[in-house]
Amino acid sequence: MAEPMLVVENLRKSFGALAATDGVNLEVREGETHAIIGPNGAGKTTLISQLSGTLRTDEGSIRFAGEDITELPAPERSRKGLARSFQITSIYREFTALDNVALAVQAHAGHSFRFWRPARADAALRDPARAVLEEVGLGARAELVAANLAHGEQRQLEIAMALATRPRLLLLDEPVAGMGTDESLRMVEFLATLKGSKTMLLVEHDMDAVFTLADRISVLVYGRIIATGRPEEIRANPEVRAAYLGEEA
Amino acid sequence: MKPSPRTLVLFAVLALLAAVPTLAAAFNQPFYLDLFRRIMIFAIAAASLNLILGYGGMVSFGHAAYLGIGAYAVGVLAHHGIHNGWLQWAVAIGGSALVALVIGAVSIRTSGIYFIMITLAFTQMLYYMGISIEEYGGDDGIRVAKLSQFEGLIDLANPTAFYYVVLALLAVVLLLVHRLVNSRFGMVIRAAKSNDARTRAIGFSPYPYRLAAFVIAGAICGLAGALLVNQTAYLTPEFMNWTRSGELMFMVILGGIGTTAGPLFGAAALLLLEDLLQGWSLLPKLVHNFWQFYLGIVLVLVVLFAKRGLAGLLRGSKDGADG
Ligand SMILES: Nc1ncnc2c1ncn2[C@@H]1O[C@H](COP(=O)(O)OP(=O)(O)OP(=O)(O)O)[C@@H](O)[C@H]1O
Ligand SMILES: [Mg+2]
Repeated sequence: MAEPMLVVENLRKSFGALAATDGVNLEVREGETHAIIGPNGAGKTTLISQLSGTLRTDEGSIRFAGEDITELPAPERSRKGLARSFQITSIYREFTALDNVALAVQAHAGHSFRFWRPARADAALRDPARAVLEEVGLGARAELVAANLAHGEQRQLEIAMALATRPRLLLLDEPVAGMGTDESLRMVEFLATLKGSKTMLLVEHDMDAVFTLADRISVLVYGRIIATGRPEEIRANPEVRAAYLGEEA
Repeated sequence: MKPSPRTLVLFAVLALLAAVPTLAAAFNQPFYLDLFRRIMIFAIAAASLNLILGYGGMVSFGHAAYLGIGAYAVGVLAHHGIHNGWLQWAVAIGGSALVALVIGAVSIRTSGIYFIMITLAFTQMLYYMGISIEEYGGDDGIRVAKLSQFEGLIDLANPTAFYYVVLALLAVVLLLVHRLVNSRFGMVIRAAKSNDARTRAIGFSPYPYRLAAFVIAGAICGLAGALLVNQTAYLTPEFMNWTRSGELMFMVILGGIGTTAGPLFGAAALLLLEDLLQGWSLLPKLVHNFWQFYLGIVLVLVVLFAKRGLAGLLRGSKDGADG
């Protein structure tokens, strides 16, 4: 079999004395939806940030699509096909939804040393951006300033921005965090439509979402992955039940 | 598309400015020609600062450096007998761009208070350099006996001709900045201002774009410096004084940060107010002697209550973030 899309080996990151990522090994295969679960403070966001290049790695290696990207800065990783969403919504609040997505398209449309033509009249940016907004169900909200969108819509917008970069791997940090039940159901439905066509690494606390979406699950506790497997394996794993699912099972 | 009220007022103000020479002549008040030309020169400088501060979020507290470089380029060349305006202005613009490239390359790697301090420090360095060069008058400065020469085209010694040159350049600069900030390039620096982490995560490396904006702003301000020294016919390091940088920031904030018209509104408001408070000996002494104090109050009020300054009082174009 070909090398998995993402191969993480012995990854480490410390904040002072705290080992937030403490020797993580992880593989994400092409086309799979891989969930990472773990208690608060387990190091999930830290791991995602190391993968996306937002945080520098202390030790270990990250291979993406057969290439070592451990030392690559975030923008270059994005251009290689890694896209992320943030746990705390990260959008351009004072720009319209369409502007937000158009910027994502622009970032992947060659250099931006173009000084004269108005970007907002540029069909090469606006048309694909509009199409992605339609796809995530925000088509009717395109012209609204992002700050005025509902919380759930802002989360959708962030995913639209990630999708607009045509990523090979989507890193999603708690996409349904802070959503109401309806909103979160719709988001899970939407992510389910991406399943198979997009490779996803998904951090999520919502167990319904995880067991609906994930092909495989890795359990992160105190910066270490204590188990990886199919959802039913994880559910049955005694160590996982003790460390994490215990309080819910 | 129907122009917004803000755009309409901008055009009205430009039309009024075009009428100033005629009006000044009709009422025999040549002083106003001088005042409004000065306003427009500062509007050009403020527009360049607005590009990086208002749209790029780069709080440069040393923008007067480029006024100084532009002025010195003209003044020093004139001192050595080179009066060709094309050459002088080219050196003013090119020199400012180069200095901006150096200052920007260092300072743009930092952010927040460090950025403010580094840009200030560089400008202080240039200021003290100006003070210490005796040949060009040290801190007294020197007279520039002959203005920039544009043989056969225009004579800057003619106040009205000079006035229209400045007005035309102002219009060009406002248009240029407007196009820039709405282009792909402009969208990148605005995005980086709005959310740096998102901008990187999405695939932009903001640094080269920010640096380019910084250099363009320096070049435009260098042109303003070349105009300013022709306006005063006097070269002095005071052009680079840190209070001058503060005034430029004041104009940008008062006029409306991140708006096309703002720098012009701000420069006009500040310099007219200054002229009013300072010049009218009829005003009670309490106002007359402490005019800077009252200006300070105005700025505080603007910052507190009118986020987008004077331009913000007028409705801009629909898509929220636009100029
Ligand atoms: N920038 C930082 N500086 C210092 N400590 C940090 C930093 N970021 C995270 N930490 C610490 O590292 C540990 C892992 O944090 P992280 O945010 O990765 O956890 P998480 O699994 O995403 O938690 P949650 O489920 O609450 O989102 C925590 O103890 C956190 O306090
Ligand atoms: Mg987290």
